[in-house]
Amino acid sequence: MREIMFVQAINEALREELKRDEKVFIMGEDIHTGVFGQTRGLFEEFGGERVRNTPLAELSFTGVGIGAAMGGMRPIVEYMFSDLVLLALDQLANQAGKLRYIFGEQINFPVTFRTMNIGGGAAGQHSDSAVSYLMHSMGLKIIMPSTPYDAKGLLKSAIRDDNPVVYFDEAKLMMRKGEVPEEDYTIPIGKGDIKREGKDVTVVAVGFAELLAESAAEKLAKENISVEIVDPRTIVPLDEEIILNSVKKTGRLVVCIDEQPVSSFTSEVAAIVADKGFEFLKAPIKRVARENVPVPHSAIMENYVVLNEDKVIKAIRDVL
Amino acid sequence: MLSNDDLKWMYRMMLLMRESEEKAIMLSKKGELPTLLSGSGEEAIPVGICASLHPDDYFQPHHRGMSDGLAKGLDPKLLFAECYGKPAGICKGKGGNMHIADFQHGNIGIYAILGAGLPISTGVALAQKMQKTNRVIVAMIGDGGSSEGTFHESLNMAAIWKLPIVYVVQNNQYAMTTSVSDAISVKDISDRAKSYGIPGATIDGTDVLAVYETVYEAVERARRGDGPSLVECKTMRWYGHHSGAGDDEQMGWRYRPEGEAEKARENDPITKLEKYLLDKQILTEKEAEDIKQSVKKEIEDAVTFAKSCPDPKPEDALKGLFTE
Repeated sequence: MREIMFVQAINEALREELKRDEKVFIMGEDIHTGVFGQTRGLFEEFGGERVRNTPLAELSFTGVGIGAAMGGMRPIVEYMFSDLVLLALDQLANQAGKLRYIFGEQINFPVTFRTMNIGGGAAGQHSDSAVSYLMHSMGLKIIMPSTPYDAKGLLKSAIRDDNPVVYFDEAKLMMRKGEVPEEDYTIPIGKGDIKREGKDVTVVAVGFAELLAESAAEKLAKENISVEIVDPRTIVPLDEEIILNSVKKTGRLVVCIDEQPVSSFTSEVAAIVADKGFEFLKAPIKRVARENVPVPHSAIMENYVVLNEDKVIKAIRDVL
Repeated sequence: MLSNDDLKWMYRMMLLMRESEEKAIMLSKKGELPTLLSGSGEEAIPVGICASLHPDDYFQPHHRGMSDGLAKGLDPKLLFAECYGKPAGICKGKGGNMHIADFQHGNIGIYAILGAGLPISTGVALAQKMQKTNRVIVAMIGDGGSSEGTFHESLNMAAIWKLPIVYVVQNNQYAMTTSVSDAISVKDISDRAKSYGIPGATIDGTDVLAVYETVYEAVERARRGDGPSLVECKTMRWYGHHSGAGDDEQMGWRYRPEGEAEKARENDPITKLEKYLLDKQILTEKEAEDIKQSVKKEIEDAVTFAKSCPDPKPEDALKGLFTE
């Protein structure tokens, strides 16, 4: 099968969905290219009505997306990077996630929100992940893929879903290559994937953390440590079954994501396994995430704060 | 041009809304309904707006507009069933008086985060333009909500994209207890239209005919593809922020001069329209009385219906967040 980069997989998914359904359109700041070229060429192909550049107004262009979904369209709303999502929190958490429920199911909201966690010397306001802020709110599905194949299939599912879906990319994955079929396919939202089979320890990892888990597992294999990598791919709804089944097999759990640790994805997975899989555990659960400070500008300090391979390896050793 | 039937519809609709608001306040004071915001005295604005809209146009009511949806076709029975938290209510008892929405009639709902409805309405307008439906939306906001960032962001986007939307400010002089003079830098909120290069007008919000004429012109302009307008309707709140609070004070904090509410009641939009219709001989005293009686009965029936509907099961609370 052909191999393409993550960023190309996203571009293909957007292009194919814009082509497939004329109700689909995309809007956001500097959408002509996207920061990493994820929307490159779409404006030229589909025009400014359907590839709509917006003013700097995250809160309200989020609302415009919600309203356009209400009015019969299937919008994709892009935020240049994750920190900007916080500007739109009312529209995401109070409106998009709640309105179907509040209005007694009179209407659905087929809207996709996309953003990217960046970083790389970008400091405290261009490096965050907004995953856990939104995970805490209600009524939003949340996706965070780790491979080009998952990215394309899940993005298509998000766009075709009749619920609001938030889809997270990470800059560190944009150049990751992987096999992606030429033909149309989707991946169900809410279904995890075993990325590597193993028997000694379960590593639950999403997004960039999955890539680190793979390289960590490769190194540890040389010491005869067998790591099983479970990638939930979707954070809400979470595939609890695939996680619990793996922990049942290995008896050990490390949970990883490249974001702040408090009230987060890692806390939630740890709590679920402690609640529903306590009898499987042979060691305490380890969470691997960022240090709980803003991401600093200095590369030396940034590398220390964010998720890295050493942290993943150390956590795995700790539970063995 | 309004026909005599249209004028009588306006008169009846304002009475129907007034009766709903007053009944709801009475039920709230009796403890049958939770506290709520009353829109009494401000009926001319939603009625003037809805008279200018087509049945398939969209409408986003004001926060203080529990009964605004009636003017867009909502059945009072479904309104009161909602207020009583019944599954038969328009929002299945999940939204209540602060979230009355009626999508079948194009009412996209009341939003309890002030200003949050503006970008959503703007998005509905964008969807109409993209699908070339020829439909228009009127989005309402209060004087308080007009200071939210969404007001600026939405009007700017609607203006650059020439969207089929009309923003109507229901300026009742107070955002809860904060007077417009403490919160707004311009004399007329419609002055802000200049910032977006769109038309702005300030009118008497107790004159339903003025509301109709101004909003109708703005709606048709939007329908022609000429973009948004901003209409400010000046009016006065009759009651305090919510039922249970004093008319002029809240928690002992007096925020408006004594007598102001009484003065507002002397400028009743319904009395003014009634006088006009009687003077022009469009309506007789007898007809007016018959309409008042039929409105009373309609709301009485709605309340009886609402009370008779079955209660929800507690676990119904867990349904409806996502669609399959």
